[in-house]
Amino acid sequence: VENSPESNAGQSRNLCPDLKIFFHIACTRIFINNEWHVSVSGKVFPVYNPATGEQICEVQEADKADVDKAVQAARLAFSLGSVWRRMDASERGKLLAKLADLVERDSVYLATIESLNSGKPFLPTLFVDLQGTIKTLRYFAGYADKIHGTSIPMDGEYLTFTRYEPIGVCGQIIPWNFPLMMAAWKLAPALACGNTVVLKPSEETPLTCLYVAALVKEAGFPPGVVNILPGFGPTAGAAIASHMGIDKVAFTGSTEVGKLIQEAAGRSNLKRVTLEMGGKNPNIIFADADLDLAVEQAHQGVFFNAGQCCTAGSRIYVEEPIYDEFVRRSVERAKRRIVGSPFDPTTEQGPQVRSHQNRVLEYIQSGIQEGAKLECGGKALGLKGFFIEPTVFSDVRDDMRIAKEEIFGPVQQIMKFKTVEEAIERANNSDYGLTAAVFTTDINKAMTVSTAMQAGTVWVNCFNALSTQCPFGGYKMSGNGRELGESGLKEYLEIKTITMKTVTKNS
Amino acid sequence: MGGFDPPAGGSRACLEHIKLETQTSPAHVQVCLKFIFLVETPGPAAVMLRLRSAVFRAVAPPSRVLACRFSAAPIPAPNTQPEVHYNKLFINNQWQDAESGKTFPTINPATGEVICQVAEADENDVNKAVKAASDAFRLGSPWRRMDASHRGLLLNRLADAIERDAAYLAELETLDNGKPYAVAYSVDLPNVVKCLRYYAGWADKWEGKTIPIDGDYFCYTRHEPVGVCGQIIPWNFPLLMQAWKLGPALATGNTVVMKVAEQTPLTALYVASLIKEVGFPEGVVNILPGMGPTAGAAIARHMDVDKVAFTGSTEVGHLIQQASGSSNLKRVTLELGGKSPNIVLSDANMEDAVEQSHFALFFNQGQCCCAGSRTYVQADIYDEFVERSVERAKRRVVGDPFDMKTEQGPQVDQEQFNKILGYISSGKREGAKLMCGGGVAADRGYFIQPTVFGDVQDNMTIAREEIFGPVMQIFKFKTLEEVLTRANDSKYGLAAAVFTKDIDKANYVSSGLRAGTVWINCYDVFGAQAPFGGYKASGVGRELGQYGLENYTEVKTFSFVLLPQSLKMTVEEISI
Repeated sequence: VENSPESNAGQSRNLCPDLKIFFHIACTRIFINNEWHVSVSGKVFPVYNPATGEQICEVQEADKADVDKAVQAARLAFSLGSVWRRMDASERGKLLAKLADLVERDSVYLATIESLNSGKPFLPTLFVDLQGTIKTLRYFAGYADKIHGTSIPMDGEYLTFTRYEPIGVCGQIIPWNFPLMMAAWKLAPALACGNTVVLKPSEETPLTCLYVAALVKEAGFPPGVVNILPGFGPTAGAAIASHMGIDKVAFTGSTEVGKLIQEAAGRSNLKRVTLEMGGKNPNIIFADADLDLAVEQAHQGVFFNAGQCCTAGSRIYVEEPIYDEFVRRSVERAKRRIVGSPFDPTTEQGPQVRSHQNRVLEYIQSGIQEGAKLECGGKALGLKGFFIEPTVFSDVRDDMRIAKEEIFGPVQQIMKFKTVEEAIERANNSDYGLTAAVFTTDINKAMTVSTAMQAGTVWVNCFNALSTQCPFGGYKMSGNGRELGESGLKEYLEIKTITMKTVTKNS
Repeated sequence: MGGFDPPAGGSRACLEHIKLETQTSPAHVQVCLKFIFLVETPGPAAVMLRLRSAVFRAVAPPSRVLACRFSAAPIPAPNTQPEVHYNKLFINNQWQDAESGKTFPTINPATGEVICQVAEADENDVNKAVKAASDAFRLGSPWRRMDASHRGLLLNRLADAIERDAAYLAELETLDNGKPYAVAYSVDLPNVVKCLRYYAGWADKWEGKTIPIDGDYFCYTRHEPVGVCGQIIPWNFPLLMQAWKLGPALATGNTVVMKVAEQTPLTALYVASLIKEVGFPEGVVNILPGMGPTAGAAIARHMDVDKVAFTGSTEVGHLIQQASGSSNLKRVTLELGGKSPNIVLSDANMEDAVEQSHFALFFNQGQCCCAGSRTYVQADIYDEFVERSVERAKRRVVGDPFDMKTEQGPQVDQEQFNKILGYISSGKREGAKLMCGGGVAADRGYFIQPTVFGDVQDNMTIAREEIFGPVMQIFKFKTLEEVLTRANDSKYGLAAAVFTKDIDKANYVSSGLRAGTVWINCYDVFGAQAPFGGYKASGVGRELGQYGLENYTEVKTFSFVLLPQSLKMTVEEISI
């Protein structure tokens, strides 16, 4: 009882930073052309601390008119002969590396603001989010002058070669679950390839992204190359998706909104669309797996970041002989999970983001109503902030809502399976296809399952092992295209084939 | 964490926002400089206006543009007597005397005076260094377990440290090698930094493949480091050749035993101290000053060196390849001599072709493996071209390499000096027409006058052998077919160039030349991104670019059996 989430949370939920930190939030305006602007409409919106529910500050609210301004700046920065277009590729790389250095320099500050605004625990933010951000910027910095076209031995008396050219002005719309890292995932490949960017961070978590805007300027990017517009999806986001002056849009967020983005592109100028969206990711545990490892990884796989991951392993399929033991240990682990203030170093789980707590609680109710067995958790925690108890459901059936829909919260569903074929079929029976995992010590099972999974990323005996070198993205309705790795560059390039008539030809 | 203090970085960073408004960062300065170049180039008014508006945004107010021109980092005034900090062998991140206790003098070629004594490595020291490099490469070592991205980070830090100490390194390079300080500072050093940064970026991008092999197999490749790499580098671009060698070898995870030229060991040893400073694990890089026949030969025939990379003369390249054959078949890459043709067609921009051809031969005192040392000029412009080239060579400023006006310093040592004068005599003897120069240019040091020969015939010694000095040979040709045949009639095939405005002629000549690099309307255009190396006796393999990584990688193919049927059985057994 002493280790229940309730008592842990009770100890530290009020350990939130002093309000004086708020005086250091300097960047609350719209960033266009390397300058800070107030919104054309004069509107602002409040930004909250989800650990207390209190307002942190107000931020300028970008709308269609501000998007127009930003696109104009981005177009000018991308015009033929501009500083950005004439810049050596290696120099673009150097600017990105410089940006990485600046983020590294200010990483404690950035992690603090990120924790304050998103509710994620400070230490994981510093060690996971900030490192991920810095490494992504450095990785793509290195690619800037390694984007090779080819020369092609085409038939006839011709000299043919390809150039990989930037697409142009890229709209980028990013979510609130990893605000900084998603900004890096979007900005780094786009800038390495030489595009210009109009980026809308989530209205829930705009603060770190705006600070990065200041670093973009400090690093020396020319005006108009990066423009950052805090605002809402239906206004600023929609304006980006349907803008005739934007050549490409990249979106990370819900599948529901992803569909709207694709539609808007179709209705407007057929801009290129890449989407990274939801998941209901299967995690298949075989009886021969290392059970300690599997329980811990499956726990982290769903509860990491308070369950607010598109990669969350939210359908755990456990082989029958070990099912009961696996559930018992998973429940025990979930009960030990420490929920508390993001600034308490022992905290494993902070609050949900503000807008999302009710939705998660509603899913938990639906699980109970549809007959899943609530093993632990299930309730909101405390009077202040948006905390939810780590929750485990067993005896979950594939047709329940909690087994089909993305909950995006600290709720684990554990199912039972008997054969490999069955597990594969049930795992693939989803609209989604973002990630999957398999735990087994048998190399044949590992390869059979991992090749059969309809998912963009498959982890074997690990979970959430993401790295900037490895492509990431979804099959089916989890997304279009890939981010990270060399594959991530392709989403920001047009290929131009240049064929020149020659008089003679020799091999 | 009981209370909460706002992080120090936060408030400082906030202050910096305010400063940003008025700050001009180095990147901006560069942008300005490029812009100045742009607006001074005549072009359509519309484009100009657009450029103006785009760039003035970056650097407004406009007066800043002018300010930039003068505030852009000028070449710092050199200390003409830079202190030498390191003159020992660098093994296992430690400075050591030679086992034999021997030293050799390194000479300032501008005066012929001894700069200092340097420890002289021979076979015993090579053995020690190879042992250190093998240990650093053993399975489970810090270097083998390091993330590829961290190897990249170390290389980036090395680039940063070299950039920080660029002025000192340029001074030391000039003192030891004789190249003009202004050139060392503005050409050699920036290219060293760029090369290291370029390969830093490759460290975590050198990907293997997964391969759809026939049958129930899963197949993939990994690009693994070759192991201990011997690297023997020349004296003409001591720092740059070191970067060309270290960059790809370290990015791909090898360990290195490098022998630097006995004429110019000093800058490489200083870089060794930076390698230690930025945190490369011990034994990863070992640097040995020494002689070719002793230390160099010991590397080439060493049974525990897995690969040897050599840049230098074709004569020694033969010996390296032989030593590999008679020892352990170590992988060999060679970047050797050249007698590179530079073909000027009659429709070329004359002024540009003359200047580029002059630069192609005389750059770095003529001490370039890719020097354009056979200048083929089409008959109808031949006389004018020769006349202008002679005039240009006469204007070439030879003198103290620390003087900012100097274009040409001394040759590297007495031996090269004598050899070049010998070639000039043979040219005169064999009937070429000496148009200017031909003699010694100062009473002390190894200075030679810029020399131009006209009416050179293909069978003369100066037309066939690499002179490696400030001696230009100009030939006459009539047709494209003729010049291609003559240009390709050489045992070398390192570089070539063609000057013409005609796109068809440019394509025809450039595709017909047997050379690893062909420049069109330019010369000596190098980028870390673009591969460089020789056809024929000019070399084996390519350095720089992605191709440069291949020299330092073994490809390992993994195939394993997939057994879906037996898996079914296993599952049934479990369900029973």
